[in-house]
Amino acid sequence: MSDANQPAAHPPVTDWVHDFDHTDPQWTEDPFPIWDELRAASPVVHTKRFLGCYLPTTYEAVREIANDTEHFSSRRIIVRDVRPEITSKNAAPPITSDPPVHKPAKQLLLPPFTPDAMKKLEPRVRAICNELIDDFIAEKSVDAAARYTKHIPVRAIAHMLGIPESDSDLFIDWIHRILELGIKDESKLLQAVQEMSAYFSDHIEARKNKPTDDLISYLMNARDKNGNPLEDTHVLGSLRLLLIAGIDTTWSAIGSSLWHLAKTPADRERLIAEPWLIPTAVEELLRAYSPVTMAREVVTETTISGCPVKPGNMVLLSFPAANRDPKMFPDADKVVIDRSENRHAAFGLGIHRCVGSNLARMEMQVALEEWLKRIPDFRLDPAGTVTWSQGTVRGPRQLPFLLGKAM
Amino acid sequence: MAERLKVHVDPDKCQGHARCKALAPELFELDEYGNAHEAGDGTVPPGLEDKAWLAKSNCPEIAIDVIEE
Repeated sequence: MSDANQPAAHPPVTDWVHDFDHTDPQWTEDPFPIWDELRAASPVVHTKRFLGCYLPTTYEAVREIANDTEHFSSRRIIVRDVRPEITSKNAAPPITSDPPVHKPAKQLLLPPFTPDAMKKLEPRVRAICNELIDDFIAEKSVDAAARYTKHIPVRAIAHMLGIPESDSDLFIDWIHRILELGIKDESKLLQAVQEMSAYFSDHIEARKNKPTDDLISYLMNARDKNGNPLEDTHVLGSLRLLLIAGIDTTWSAIGSSLWHLAKTPADRERLIAEPWLIPTAVEELLRAYSPVTMAREVVTETTISGCPVKPGNMVLLSFPAANRDPKMFPDADKVVIDRSENRHAAFGLGIHRCVGSNLARMEMQVALEEWLKRIPDFRLDPAGTVTWSQGTVRGPRQLPFLLGKAM
Repeated sequence: MAERLKVHVDPDKCQGHARCKALAPELFELDEYGNAHEAGDGTVPPGLEDKAWLAKSNCPEIAIDVIEE
């Protein structure tokens, strides 16, 4: 019997330049040498997989595409084996919106995510981190992905939305089915989206009678530019987006950061001795281990960095690969924990800049601060295996650590 | 006497990454959407010149100008 939790396999890649596949196990395990090879070959490469898809490999090419909403649409933002019809049911404004629809939809979501708003949420996130650490600090070894990084973003976003933090496992399961299994199996994605929509519909209905002070009520009270309330489908789409975009992205970023610190004692010791460097380090870790790869659909023919791109193809918009471009970042392949000039694109570039970037940054800083305060000594467990998520969001899904000083 | 600096945020380029506000909170303000503009007329008080350059060199959208007067 096949394992329903594993996506179906693609043929292995033997020619990365002409046949790349971001779901190949080699890419999942260690994408960095692949990106270097592709970048050396061309600023834009193409694969026939996924019904045709380009990959910009340089920072400049990624910036050009991100800023060109005329030739590149966001109506499809995940590169998959299929191109299902676009309907209001699978739209998630503003991330799937193009101008001119995009701006008003985005402006609705921005005020709850400003740095000042995040400061109010910070004490709760700090408490969440400490509750999680309390639970395993007495143990000699821990899977930091399963016991720590996985739970921080989902509980924080649940807190913001005003839904029970205890429903976290439900959300994590939906996200896995949508972002990982959904690449190759449409039915798994649709089923998860349906369950998620039903869940949020209940929360919306409940608030119609009894408004609450949370993000769901905020969206229900929001007005469009004509002063009308949003339709339920718009509220639902936005909620789906916040949950999907807000969970395994930051889970991945915190996980990659801890993974780096577990195997790099010099950086770990420096951040413990100079904790004010943590925000700078967070930016560098975001650059070096950017979790999120977005996508666009080519709608009209154009050229990018001199390469022709044709409609009908998707574009894998790899911010992670852009952030490893040595033309943009000196020592791009090294983690320079105090890098002072850092225009990394981990949260995207252009109008689709991640709405939750201030939330993600706060969560990463707090998660690293609290961990380093309480667990200054930790390292990878040589008896365990680190595993990485496949597809659109890359981060460690198994992170076996030994806690305490090495004997 | 060091030359006087002014910072300016191009509102058409700013996408609200808020790096400038994090790195040079004295020199930038954010609006209700989190998009940045320079504080006051953008004049950089003495001693904060390094922060002005730091903000510029960390803006992913290349939206910040530092003008030497």
